[in-house]
Amino acid sequence: MRREVPLLITAVVGITFVVKYFVPHFPFNRMDAWFADWFSIVQACAIVLGALNLLKLSALKVIGQKSGWGYALVIILSFMLITVIGLAEGSDYRDPGTSFDWLYVNMFIPLSATMFSILAFFVASASYRAFRARNYEATVLLIAAFFVMIGRVPVGDVITGFMPEGYRFSDLAIWIMDYPQTAGQRAIMIGIGLGVVSTSLRVILGIERAHIGTGD
Amino acid sequence: MEAFFEHFRLWLAAFLTLGIFSFLYKDNPWYKLTEAIFVGISAGYWFVVLFWDNFHGKFWVGAGEYSINWVVAKLTGAQAPPPPDSSIDFMLWVGAFLGLLMLLRLVPKIGWISRWPLAFIVGSTGGLWLINYFASNVMVQAQATMVPLFSSAFGTGFDQNADAVIGALIIFLGTFSGLVYFFFSKAHTGVFGGTARVGVFFLMITFGASFGYTVMSRMSLLIGRIDYLLGDWLGMIK
Amino acid sequence: MTTRTKELIAVAAILVFALIFYIGRVSGWQATEFSTGTSIVVVVLLLASLLWMLALTIRGRLIGRRVVFLYVGVAVAMPLFMKLSQEMPVSLAVLGVYDAVMELQPGSKVLIACDYDPPTAPELQPMAETFIRLCFQRDLKIIIMGIWPQGPQQANLALEKILAEPEIAAKNLEYGIDYVNLGFQAGNEFVIQRMGGSFKSMFRTDYGGIPYDDLPLVRNVRNFSNIDYCFNLSSGFPGTVEWVQIAVDRYGVKLGAGNTAVQAPTVYPYLSAGQLTGLLGGMSGAAEFEIAADARGKGTKYMLSQSVSHIVVIAFVIIGNVAFIMSGRRSALKG
Repeated sequence: MRREVPLLITAVVGITFVVKYFVPHFPFNRMDAWFADWFSIVQACAIVLGALNLLKLSALKVIGQKSGWGYALVIILSFMLITVIGLAEGSDYRDPGTSFDWLYVNMFIPLSATMFSILAFFVASASYRAFRARNYEATVLLIAAFFVMIGRVPVGDVITGFMPEGYRFSDLAIWIMDYPQTAGQRAIMIGIGLGVVSTSLRVILGIERAHIGTGD
Repeated sequence: MEAFFEHFRLWLAAFLTLGIFSFLYKDNPWYKLTEAIFVGISAGYWFVVLFWDNFHGKFWVGAGEYSINWVVAKLTGAQAPPPPDSSIDFMLWVGAFLGLLMLLRLVPKIGWISRWPLAFIVGSTGGLWLINYFASNVMVQAQATMVPLFSSAFGTGFDQNADAVIGALIIFLGTFSGLVYFFFSKAHTGVFGGTARVGVFFLMITFGASFGYTVMSRMSLLIGRIDYLLGDWLGMIK
Repeated sequence: MTTRTKELIAVAAILVFALIFYIGRVSGWQATEFSTGTSIVVVVLLLASLLWMLALTIRGRLIGRRVVFLYVGVAVAMPLFMKLSQEMPVSLAVLGVYDAVMELQPGSKVLIACDYDPPTAPELQPMAETFIRLCFQRDLKIIIMGIWPQGPQQANLALEKILAEPEIAAKNLEYGIDYVNLGFQAGNEFVIQRMGGSFKSMFRTDYGGIPYDDLPLVRNVRNFSNIDYCFNLSSGFPGTVEWVQIAVDRYGVKLGAGNTAVQAPTVYPYLSAGQLTGLLGGMSGAAEFEIAADARGKGTKYMLSQSVSHIVVIAFVIIGNVAFIMSGRRSALKG
C-alpha cells in the first residue's frame, strides 16, 4: 500500500497524459481535464500545509521568546491580516476597491518589487569584485556581457555613431543574441529536454522513486 | 478621510520600500520588520488566492456546493436542488479527496498517505513534460539547427545571403559542440575534447549574454521603485 | 558621536527631506527637470568620478560595496530628471511582433495572455500598453486572460489607461464586443492545454462574472482555431515556454512574446526556430516596440536610466579588471 499505490498512481496518470497527446479523444480528453482540475485542487490544499508550517515555526519562536520573536509575531499578524480580509471579501476579493486589493497594491507590490530590485545593487557590486578575466573562457564571457550590455541601450549607438549602420554596438549585440547566444542556449535547451524526457520516463515507469520516499 | 488614506497609502508604500532598501546599509531592525511583513503578507496572499481560485473556483463551484446542498436537502427533507447541469462535475470530488489526503501529513501515524496526491502531482507533471519537452525543446530545436545552407527550402538554388549562411553555420557548430560538451559518458580528449572546448566557448558567450540581460532586468526593477519614490511619492519627477 | 547617533541623524535627515518635498508636492510644486546643459554636467561628473575610482583602485584601495551601491542609485535616479533625446534601432525580433499585428485584418481576434506580476511591471507593463493601443488602432478585437493571478489585474490597468486616450476613446469601444478580460484561471500549463479543446471549459465567466456565452466577442470562440494571433507577456513559469510547447507546437497558434530580460535569452531558440513570430526582450524590447509603434512611453523614458546604469556596471567591471591585471593578478582584487 505504501509504495505500490503511489507508483501505480504515478504510472496511470503519467501514461494518460502521454497517450492523450497521440489520442486526443474520449476517454483521454476527459481524463486529462479531470487531472488538470484535481491538480489545481491539490495545489490549494498544499498551501495549507505550507501556511501551517510557517505559523507553527513563528508561534514556537514567540512562545519560547527566542531571539527575533518580535519579528515572528509580525509574520503571524501580517499573515492573519491579509488572510482574514481576503477570506472575508468573498470570491470577488481581488476587485479594485476591496480591502484585499488595497493591501495588495500598497503593501504586497512595494515589498515584492523592492525585494527583487535590490538585486541590482548586488549585481553591480559583484561585477566589480568578482567578474574577472582570469582565463580565456572567463574573458569570452566578459566580452559577450560587455557587448550585450552596451549594445542593448541607446548609449551604445551614441558611442559608435561614427560607424556605418550594421557595425554599431546595437548590431553587434543583436548578432550575438541571434547566433552564438542562441546556439549555446539551444544546446542547453536540448540537453535539458533530454534530461526531462529521461527523468519523466524513469518516474512514470517506477524506476525513479525518490518522490514516494524511503523507509516506512 | 479619503484624503488621509491617500496620504497614508503613499507613505506606507514608501516606508516599506525604504525599509527594504535600508538593508543596503546593513542588516537592521527596520529591514527585519519589513522583511517579516513581506513573509507574512506573501504567504497570506497565496493562501487567499489558492483558496478562492483553486479550491472555491474549481471544487466548490464545480461540485462541492451542489453536493452539500443536495445532502442537506435529503437530510432535512427540504426540496432537493434541480438536477445538475453540465457545469457540475462530481469527479471533482476525487480532487478534493486527494487534497484531503495531502493534509494527512499533519497526522504522523498516517502521514505516508500524503504520498498518494504527491504521486499524482509528479505523474501528471512527468506525463505532460515528457511529450512537451521532447517535441518542442528537442525535436523542433534539432530540426531548426539542421537547415540547408544555401537554399531556404532544401532547393538547389542559392537564395540565402552570406549573413544567413554564416549564421546557420554558427548555430549548427555552437549547438553541436555545446551538446558534445554535455556528453560526459566519454572522456573529453582528442577531437571529441577539442569539440567540447569549442562548445564551452559558445556556452560562455551564452552566459555572458544572459548576464548582460540580467543586469538590464534588475536595473529595470530598480528604476521602477526609484520612479515610485521620486515620482508617485515625492512628486519630484514627472 | 556614536555610530547609532549618526544613523539616527541620517534617518531624520531623510525624513525631513521627504517631508519637505511631500508638502511641496501637495502644495503643487512642479516636477524637476534638468536642462540639457545640467544633464551633460551631471553625466560628465559621474564619469569623472568613475575615473577617480579607477585611479583609487589601481593604487590598491578597494572601493567599498556601499560606494558601488551609491553609484548604482545615482545612475538610476539622476537620468529620471533628464530629458536627453535618444534613438535606438528596432531589432528584427521586435519587428516580428509589430509586423504580425500590422498584417492582421481589422476585426481579427487577438488573445493577450498576461502572465506576470507587479514586480516585473516596469519591463512588461509598457509592452502591454503599447500592444493594446496598437490593436485598438488597428481595430482588432482583444481577448485578455492570465495564468498568473495578477496578470489580468495588470491588463486592466493598461486597458484603463489606453481607453482614456483621446484617439482610442473616440472609437467608442465596447466591453464584450471589442475587448474582453476573461480573468485568471488556476492550473498553470494545464489551462493552456484545456483551452486547446475549449476556452469555455476554462473560463465559465469573465473577470467580472459575466457568463462566457453572454459575451458576443467570445461566444463563437471555441478554441485556439478561432484566434488569429496570440501575444504572451511572461515573467517566468508558467509563461512563454509553456505557451510555445502547448499552444504553438500542439495547436498551431501564431505567437509573439514579451519577456523580462532575465527570461528573454532562454527563449531565443524558439524565436530562431520560428515557434515565435517575434520577441520583446526586457525594457529595451519595450522601448523598441514603442518606437516601432510610434508611441513613446515609459519604456523609452526609462532607457536613459538603463543606459547610465549599464555604463556604471561596465565601468566597475573595467575598473576591477584593470586593477586586477595591473596588480599582476595577485592582489586582493583577484576577486
